[in-house]
Amino acid sequence: MDLKTKALLKSIWVFHISAGSCNNCDIEILDCLTPRFDLERFGIQLIGSIRHADALLITGAMNRKSVPRIKKLYAQAPKPCVVVAVGQCALSRNMFRYSYNVMEPLDKILPVDVYIPGCPPRPEAVIDGIVKLVKKVRGVK
Amino acid sequence: MRMIINYLIFPGFLFSAVVGLMSGWVDRKVTARIQWRKGPPWHQNFTDIIKLSGKEIIVPENGKLVFLSAPFAGLLSLVLCATILGKAIMAPSESFAGDIIVVLYLLTIPALSLIIGASSSRNPLASVGASREMKLVLSYELPFILSVVTVIIKSSGIISLGGIINPQINSSSYFFSWSGALAFIVTIFCMQAKLGFAPFDIAEADQEIMGGTLIEYSGLPLAVFKLNKALLLYIMPLLVTVLFLGKDLSIGFLLLKYTEILVIAILIKNTNPRLRIDQAMRFFWGPVTFAALIALGLALIGK
Repeated sequence: MDLKTKALLKSIWVFHISAGSCNNCDIEILDCLTPRFDLERFGIQLIGSIRHADALLITGAMNRKSVPRIKKLYAQAPKPCVVVAVGQCALSRNMFRYSYNVMEPLDKILPVDVYIPGCPPRPEAVIDGIVKLVKKVRGVK
Repeated sequence: MRMIINYLIFPGFLFSAVVGLMSGWVDRKVTARIQWRKGPPWHQNFTDIIKLSGKEIIVPENGKLVFLSAPFAGLLSLVLCATILGKAIMAPSESFAGDIIVVLYLLTIPALSLIIGASSSRNPLASVGASREMKLVLSYELPFILSVVTVIIKSSGIISLGGIINPQINSSSYFFSWSGALAFIVTIFCMQAKLGFAPFDIAEADQEIMGGTLIEYSGLPLAVFKLNKALLLYIMPLLVTVLFLGKDLSIGFLLLKYTEILVIAILIKNTNPRLRIDQAMRFFWGPVTFAALIALGLALIGK
């Protein structure tokens, strides 16, 4: 593993996309940054611009409005960039499975690296997902 | 040869970058402790820089040259500024006449490079950030220069860093006089705005305009901008130390004074919400400039 990959794993900047979620997953993601869990001690930061992102955190059911925008955002992110699907809606469409508006789950749209299930996932589950991601990158390279 | 070493290694690029990034860590750690968090490890800012330099660089259409060269212009001027300051502290008698003016000029170039780079990216949010940065520069430069002029008057009109340090070594720091204390407070506010810390982080407001001026930057240019910020974080408290607390500049005391001013800036940052740009302008052109003028008057009558 070279220096750049090592540095990437120690400083993951997260861009948070809410693609039509009910806001519960988003609240749980913000919880990870609060004093109790404090993800900044691992160098993880929420950032405002997609150009600075190392990881896309996508929540919510992918509806007809948000799918083209998510694709655009993924194309705008500088590579290497990982995609993390948070919450049951992004994973499997959950209760919107038979909805006219929700065509396919996230992994049919973008290459998803980590799945974090839960409705909503607890902050512990989010941290666990990040640990899995770090292990995956270490194992591949 | 010695000049190149000075520029690239000791008071210049390498040293000031390391100290600046460590100060950036102090900033993040103190912020975390204030918020009752643990905070990142000491190497976090170095890791960020290494990581960013390995990422893809995305360049907007048209204006490629300006977009990519803007951060480096800021970096070069800041390194030169750090070298002049460091040399002046190590050997006050060797400083040339007018170097404080050079330092003042060089300290505006990073803001200019930020404005130029943001404008060339043709992003609407970046242009909002650039216009805010421009207004902020216009507002804080006046009181900042006035308080520097106060210091120059107190050192009997000698316009050089050595001429400012020497009288302080011989008698006492300018901070311990009425005009000096007032000018010190003014300079702290201007430093806050120059560093882009809250309450004056208007140009880079993450929550409103998503990074503002830096929104289109990725990869190496973004890393250079982060490095610029780190260098500024090294230079500004050091400059304030030289201007107002220049009595004892041995390494231990220098480090103590530097850390003190740094922590003051961090505490102001953490206890104040962001101002709007019109409030910031009114603040700088109103009470702060007025205080700077009073300090100037006090210095002229020798208080």
